[in-house]
Amino acid sequence: MNEIIGYILISIGILFNLFGCIGMVRFPDVYNRLQAATKCVTLGTILLLVGVAVISADGPTGAKAIVCAVFILITSPTAAHAIAKGAYASGVPLWEKSIVDKYAQEKKDETAKTQGA
Amino acid sequence: MTVLYLGLLVCCFMCLYRIGMGPTAPDRAVAIDILGIVIVGFCGLFGLATGKDFYLNIALAWALLSFIGTIALAKFLEGRGFDE
Repeated sequence: MNEIIGYILISIGILFNLFGCIGMVRFPDVYNRLQAATKCVTLGTILLLVGVAVISADGPTGAKAIVCAVFILITSPTAAHAIAKGAYASGVPLWEKSIVDKYAQEKKDETAKTQGA
Repeated sequence: MTVLYLGLLVCCFMCLYRIGMGPTAPDRAVAIDILGIVIVGFCGLFGLATGKDFYLNIALAWALLSFIGTIALAKFLEGRGFDE
């Protein structure tokens, strides 16, 4: 029973990984790629590690898999945020069909506020 | 089991494609980050298949190093020093 549940979790995780990587190859711009790839691959890898932990529930493998999953859950969004900010600061343009750029608006509001005061 | 390995291998090759073809430097940084996470999953599968737990040690160390490397790349892209 444990094995069936674990392998189902691992299969769903690898499917998510595949979809994330397809998004990373197909999307037109850095920010879209980052959004697709990071979310899908984080969820997929966490599901995979939880599946490993479910199958080998007793023993050190399962415990280490859980620790690894928690670590990835914390670090992967942080890294993605840092890359997005770095890409914006290094001047990578948005896709030409992108509609809204909240970060630029926010920066403009802040500079207007500091100049007004 | 082979199908699972093949799925992760296809993910790795997609990341390598993006590292090679990415038009800008942040594209490559994203692909390197994702490649690290996929390899952590690979190590988990190896640990399950062989029954040896040191593969999970490798996965933990790889996740740590990948995170630190990605943060360093992001700092470099932002054009600031590493100690700011």
